[in-house]
Amino acid sequence: MAAPLTLLLIVAVTIRAVLFRSSLAELISERVEVVSPLNAWKRVVEGLALLDLGVSPYSGDVFHETPLMIYLFHFTVDYAEIVFMVSPYFVDCLSCLLASLDRAKIAIGSNNLKSDLLFNFPGCLRHIISFSTCGLNNAIIALFIFCTLKGSALLSGILLALATYQSIYPLTLFAPALLFFLQRLYIPVNLRRSSFWCFTLQYAFIYVGSLVVITGLSFFLLGSWDFIPSVYGFIFSVPDLTPNIGLFWYFFAEMFEHFRLFFICVFQINVFFYTIPLSIKLKEHPVFLIFMQIAIISIFKSYPTVGDVALYMAFLPAWSHLYRFLRNIFLVSCVLLACSALFPVLWHLWIYAGSANSNFYYAITLLFNFGQILLVSDYFYAYLRREHHLTHGLYLKKKDGTEATLVLK
Amino acid sequence: MAAHRCGLSLVFILILSSLACPSSCDALEKANENTGEKQSVSDTPREVNTDGSIAAEDLNERQWQSTDVEADRSDGTKDSESFTAAARDQFQEELVIRPLHSGDIYASFQFRTLWDTDFLQERQKVSHYRLFPKSLGQVLSKFSVRELHISFTQGFWRTMQWGQPFIPSPPGAELWVWFHDTVSDVDGNWKELTNVLSGIFCASLNFIDLTNTVQPSASFKPLGLGNATDHRFLRYATLPREIVCTENLTPWKKLLPCGSKAGLSVLLKSEKLFHSSFHSQAVHIRPVCQDEQCTSKAWELRQTLNVVFDLYTSGQGKKEWSLFKMFSRTLTEACPLATSSKVYVDITDNPEGELFELSPATPLLSQAVVLGDRRTYSVFDLTRAEMFGQLRSLNLLLRWKGDTLTTQSDMLRPLLHAERYVAGFGLQTGEIHTVIYNNHPYRAFPVLLMDSVPWYLQLYIHTLTVTSKSRDNKPSYIHYQPAKDRHRPHLLEMLIQLPPHSMTEVTVQFERALLKWTEYTPDPNHGFYVGSSVVSALVPSMVAMNTNFTQDQPLFSSFVPVKEESSYFVRVYTEPLLVNLPTPDFSMPYNVICLTCTVVAVGYGSFYNLLTRTFQVDEPSLPLAKRLANLIRRIRGVPLLA
Repeated sequence: MAAPLTLLLIVAVTIRAVLFRSSLAELISERVEVVSPLNAWKRVVEGLALLDLGVSPYSGDVFHETPLMIYLFHFTVDYAEIVFMVSPYFVDCLSCLLASLDRAKIAIGSNNLKSDLLFNFPGCLRHIISFSTCGLNNAIIALFIFCTLKGSALLSGILLALATYQSIYPLTLFAPALLFFLQRLYIPVNLRRSSFWCFTLQYAFIYVGSLVVITGLSFFLLGSWDFIPSVYGFIFSVPDLTPNIGLFWYFFAEMFEHFRLFFICVFQINVFFYTIPLSIKLKEHPVFLIFMQIAIISIFKSYPTVGDVALYMAFLPAWSHLYRFLRNIFLVSCVLLACSALFPVLWHLWIYAGSANSNFYYAITLLFNFGQILLVSDYFYAYLRREHHLTHGLYLKKKDGTEATLVLK
Repeated sequence: MAAHRCGLSLVFILILSSLACPSSCDALEKANENTGEKQSVSDTPREVNTDGSIAAEDLNERQWQSTDVEADRSDGTKDSESFTAAARDQFQEELVIRPLHSGDIYASFQFRTLWDTDFLQERQKVSHYRLFPKSLGQVLSKFSVRELHISFTQGFWRTMQWGQPFIPSPPGAELWVWFHDTVSDVDGNWKELTNVLSGIFCASLNFIDLTNTVQPSASFKPLGLGNATDHRFLRYATLPREIVCTENLTPWKKLLPCGSKAGLSVLLKSEKLFHSSFHSQAVHIRPVCQDEQCTSKAWELRQTLNVVFDLYTSGQGKKEWSLFKMFSRTLTEACPLATSSKVYVDITDNPEGELFELSPATPLLSQAVVLGDRRTYSVFDLTRAEMFGQLRSLNLLLRWKGDTLTTQSDMLRPLLHAERYVAGFGLQTGEIHTVIYNNHPYRAFPVLLMDSVPWYLQLYIHTLTVTSKSRDNKPSYIHYQPAKDRHRPHLLEMLIQLPPHSMTEVTVQFERALLKWTEYTPDPNHGFYVGSSVVSALVPSMVAMNTNFTQDQPLFSSFVPVKEESSYFVRVYTEPLLVNLPTPDFSMPYNVICLTCTVVAVGYGSFYNLLTRTFQVDEPSLPLAKRLANLIRRIRGVPLLA
């Protein structure tokens, strides 16, 4: 296991190094699919330049990174950009490790896993995103999952707080992490049990405590609360309508002004809303719940990028045992591949050639999101169906002995 | 680092104080030392106006009556007080005609009203107005305005062909105001003031809001009395898209004491003024010193109108012009209320009369140092009745001798010149290039560049480059205020040292934002205007500037106070930019709302489906016949069919 993994890592790192040095990097770092106003590297540089000019980076509307990020980059930029170049390698290694570990975990649970060739797929995608700080956010989430699966509640809570601090949405990962620890410690989810409340409060305390510490730290670094509206207000109120692969930009560009607040609330609640029913439904399967949550965040968040898609796609190899239950994986794969090819084409037609208009690009984002939703719900379906087969046997029979079909009722 | 910054700012303050700094009032004292002497003349304006201008006298009388009613309501003592106060104002008018290098004719009108009252007094409300327009006076006292400059310009001043104008202005509307430092809510006052001015001048100044207002830290210092440096009380805004037309000219003319009835203002006929290459009208109000010692201050209202006629092409290549040809009117009298009324014609190129002939000839010549150049003018004093001759009308006529087609059509080399353009293609990013030329052969001088860019073009300040002679030229001072979406624009001010005989290029990259569909102008594909950059500088003068103001100092050379002999103040406006933004499809709102909501609903629906239902073996329901049979069997009590 270790030798092929190392080999794979070396290959991935080499490919990345080559791509980083090529002229492709310049082109990719400006793509709207890859960078969002939240995490563009150009904006980080701008924030640093503002800091050098003695202007607060949050006084303008260009920089939306968190204060810890800017001080991290302030430190690393002083040395060289090499540091920044290296950090995504680190992320890659982590995600590979995570994937292998993840599979091991599930192998324990369901013992019918095969090694998978698609393993390298997220790595490939990750190459592309190397120019946005999205890679770092992904690294934090990956580390969080790693620590959770390792069973370290303290580290997991701290990393979850860090991830929440970075982009709010990982807040919903609290539920699956808690469920995982409860399951691991053989504490039943029972509201009347004191042990349940005891651990829940413990974990919540770690999480909230470290969140408060991190936020307080950034306040002391910056000396003002300016970053709260500039980072979190920016995420929630969606003032920047620069096109991206998400559902928000065109919807709110075309929205009637008096319905704006209502729809912003609806769309933002939509991201967090699925946590409760999913946690109830999947309370025995917290790892799958993590996957579902990350996927939902990346589909419905306000400024999604390819990097977010890559994060949940990295899980797909872990669910290779669900392939036989997927209903329309061929269709979805075709849709997603076609969309990835059409994004740059239609962008070029709209922005540079002037022969298309915004509707073209919008149509493709719509289709892309539709494909993602189909993909995620298909995996959800397959997971539930597999669970059903695990308890009722693979070949179901009707009362009269003929082969039965399963339906949702 | 801190010490370094401190040093920088110190240097900057030093430079500032030398640059455009009217704060020290010694220049102003000189500028206004004539006011004291003219006082005796203006004390009794009615006696002066005995030379047959009865109509205007009536006009004056009518103004008296209308304001008297208000004064009568107060006590009698105040009335007499205001009477004497009213007598302490004076009005001057002036027209300068300058044949330009390119063959065009530049006509510059200046009307100045001086009044030593105090609008900002708390107790004593100024209620009696004579020459000063009441509408503006009330605005000044209501909003505690210390200095107000407003200009409306149609067309772009071509510095390379025409040289420097007497009073520069950017295309569109420009408004900058210094408020008194007792004002607590400057933004509120500014908002109200723009709306009031919008009504007074019939212009779209009400479109000035926080999204296009900036507070320049260095470029716009007060031109009048007082040494304010706190730019919190300054507001500057431009509307580059504003179109100037007759409806702006009429209210502007109404502010003149003689309206358009008498004096130089009879020439201001809109059908000719707007048939020109360049038209700019402005109002400047500022406090100035009343006398040499500057013991009391007076308010100066300066109305200027600059127009460039392209008589060269319309006159088949002849450079001949006359007042009638330009304005379709001739002068018949001076404004009876004016203490001085003069027409200056620039004859610097023709001191001996060998090139052209100016009729009627005038023996009166005047020399003035203006914009770093010594010019000679023929002066026509309209207050003297013999000027108008037998016909009782003055039609200045300039006729060129010999071959007029051998005019020099090559470009001028003004010492300071700037231009600007947008580079890049596509609707995603772009680059603003500002090019500043220093054409002085051996002197380097610093310039202040000010850029105000709307928020929907996101500037990336780290991409700012300043290059002179293909070498990096680091600005010694940068003041940058980044934009806030939908709240305030970018403000970029830089102090750049221009090497002698050089071209300095300032570039900065920007990103175009996609706006909400309601934020686009009615013709979104026309593009969005970005106001002119402002280059302010003290340019080294070729001749010694005149720091001593004398009695007959013409108005056009006394607007910007001159502090030192070696340099003069110049402000250059670049072209406004027209930038295209990506647009959404404006016919789509319903479709987009429906389609996006559908996709979200598909997500919601499929998750809901999977969350609420469970897997069950599909038991196909029995056919209808079997079910009927079962019904009968149940009644009969026999076993049912499967």
